Amino acid sequence: MVGIVLISHSDGLASEAAELARGICGVDVPVAAAGGTDDGGIGTSVDKVAAAIEKVDQGDGVLLIPDLGSSVLTARLLESPGSVVIADVPFVEGAVSAAVAAGCGAPLDGVLAAAEEARTIRKM
Amino acid sequence: MDTRFFTTWMEEATAAVRAGRDHLTRLDAAIGDADHGTNLDRGFTAVAEALAARPPVTPGGVLVLAGSTLIRKVGGASGPLYGIAFREMGKSLGEATEVSAAELAAALEAGLAGIRRLGGAEEGDKTMVDALAPAVRALALAVQEGGTPEDALEAAAAAAEEGAKATIPLQARKGRASYLGPRSIGHEDPGAASTALLLAALRTAASR
Repeated sequence: MVGIVLISHSDGLASEAAELARGICGVDVPVAAAGGTDDGGIGTSVDKVAAAIEKVDQGDGVLLIPDLGSSVLTARLLESPGSVVIADVPFVEGAVSAAVAAGCGAPLDGVLAAAEEARTIRKM
Repeated sequence: MDTRFFTTWMEEATAAVRAGRDHLTRLDAAIGDADHGTNLDRGFTAVAEALAARPPVTPGGVLVLAGSTLIRKVGGASGPLYGIAFREMGKSLGEATEVSAAELAAALEAGLAGIRRLGGAEEGDKTMVDALAPAVRALALAVQEGGTPEDALEAAAAAAEEGAKATIPLQARKGRASYLGPRSIGHEDPGAASTALLLAALRTAASR
């Protein structure tokens, strides 16, 4: 199964978004949170992101979903074409959409495409 | 320029960032999230500690260790950006134990390329690129004209300072300040200001 890492400036935001994505998709999709700095402040930790990638990597690839700013730059430092890819998508909607696709067994490019669809799907 | 020179540069940079911390944070408070000075101070303090704990034996080693430490310790967008810049500079210098002004100019250009690749900023976007790109050009020109390394680094530092001040009338197109749109006009970009500090520290290292 494709792994998903949610990267946010906020530990709480990343953790809760991961919880939500796991809860909505209903299967045991590997979704990990990497939020905040090493000392729990607002920011990004490359070590947390690297550890989260390792945790969810089952060999089918990992999708990184950053919130903004330094999260995006940190994700870009760790991307690896074909195995660790970044989704430029709305954080919550993209996470849920990616988790549902990963739970259905979609490959990495399919999970990325599902996340990207979240950008254009209207709520109303 | 040897390993000692590059270690001195990092020590001078640590001192300059410490002294400029509150100023950088004030600039960031105007158009960002008011953490640039604190973040960079934390990062360079960790750089100084890492260099003291495991002293590298080449100029490239100094810069790669500094870059990797900044990536891990800064916590804001400037961490990956400065981190990649120093790592690219270090890689460009390879295993050499003595670096010429021309090699330093090429390394600084590699650092700028790393920042542009990672952050996607062009000159005029109101970012650190607006200070670094003119510094790279000034250094290359001074080296080409055959000046002393001191003169060349003086020219680079002056160009960075001028570039940073020239961000004041610009509207930000990258980074958090870009969310402010036209309200970002009238403030110096904190990333450009810290780049000017780092180039000034390089000039100071050359005068030691």
